[in-house]
Amino acid sequence: MSPPVGETAGGTVRAGGDPAGINWFKYAAPQTFYPLAGRMAHGFAVAAALLCALGVYIGFFVAPTDAQQGDAYRIIFIHVPAAWMSMFIYVVMAVWAGIGLVFNTRLSGMMASALAPTGALFTFLALWTGSLWGKPTWGTWWVWDARLTSELILLFLYFGFIALQAAIDDPRRADRAGAVLALVGVVNIPIIYFSVQWWNTLHQGASVSLRSAPSMAATMLLGMLVMALGFWMYSIAAALARLRCIILERERNADWAARYAETGT
Amino acid sequence: MHWASAADFFAMGGYGLYVWGSYLVTLAALVAEIVLLGRRRRAALERIGQLRAIGQRP
Repeated sequence: MSPPVGETAGGTVRAGGDPAGINWFKYAAPQTFYPLAGRMAHGFAVAAALLCALGVYIGFFVAPTDAQQGDAYRIIFIHVPAAWMSMFIYVVMAVWAGIGLVFNTRLSGMMASALAPTGALFTFLALWTGSLWGKPTWGTWWVWDARLTSELILLFLYFGFIALQAAIDDPRRADRAGAVLALVGVVNIPIIYFSVQWWNTLHQGASVSLRSAPSMAATMLLGMLVMALGFWMYSIAAALARLRCIILERERNADWAARYAETGT
Repeated sequence: MHWASAADFFAMGGYGLYVWGSYLVTLAALVAEIVLLGRRRRAALERIGQLRAIGQRP
């Protein structure tokens, strides 16, 4: 495929006087980021598949059965990484939304929109797997515990962000309105994270902390970290793939987009 | 390897429903997202093609 015209203009950038010869700001334009996002999404997707496969292998065949919880604990290899991603994606989404609001850069707002559904997905998975883990260990599917309730609020924040943006026709106005909601909602993230310390609740404390040695077997920890890395790679790949869709939808009248439509790439 | 047999593995020490309920729903959710992204992409490209065709109509 021959590259669309506008793309080659940015290939070796002479403008800007950057001593390294690379103008990183050129990737702030949707048109130039589109093909790069495609290549990146591919690489991250391959890494995600490999890491998740390795994580599941460690989780089921290397990590031992837990002395107290038996094999029910194996839900941890999804539950904890999904919960981490649900919070982390929200913070990244809010940062992109904030950058878009302050600098009025189009791609930043699109990036925030691209992250929201994947963040909502991991929030749902954290709640779902937590429920399936709670039943055999706590004896209940759900309890209005501080950790569970604040995580449920996170899911509603994602839904609110997506619904608000969908309700506004002008994409630039939708970006700004979504950004305000995303930034206000950030206050919920430390509440989720510290809820197990601030309130004496049913949900256990952090399994992994920077200040103390992990309270679990090394192979269990390894499986959890590999899965977390896999989910991380998956999230980047999914967000970039969605970003490409959003770029195509918003730039549908541009000549460069039509060239991609002709080749179907 | 701490599984005596395939049946032992699927039973998950009596917690099969909970463990497999977690893993299968996660797998289904991720696959669904990938499928939806593919559809959204094809729809966007088709729409651009239609707009282009309308624009080129004499």
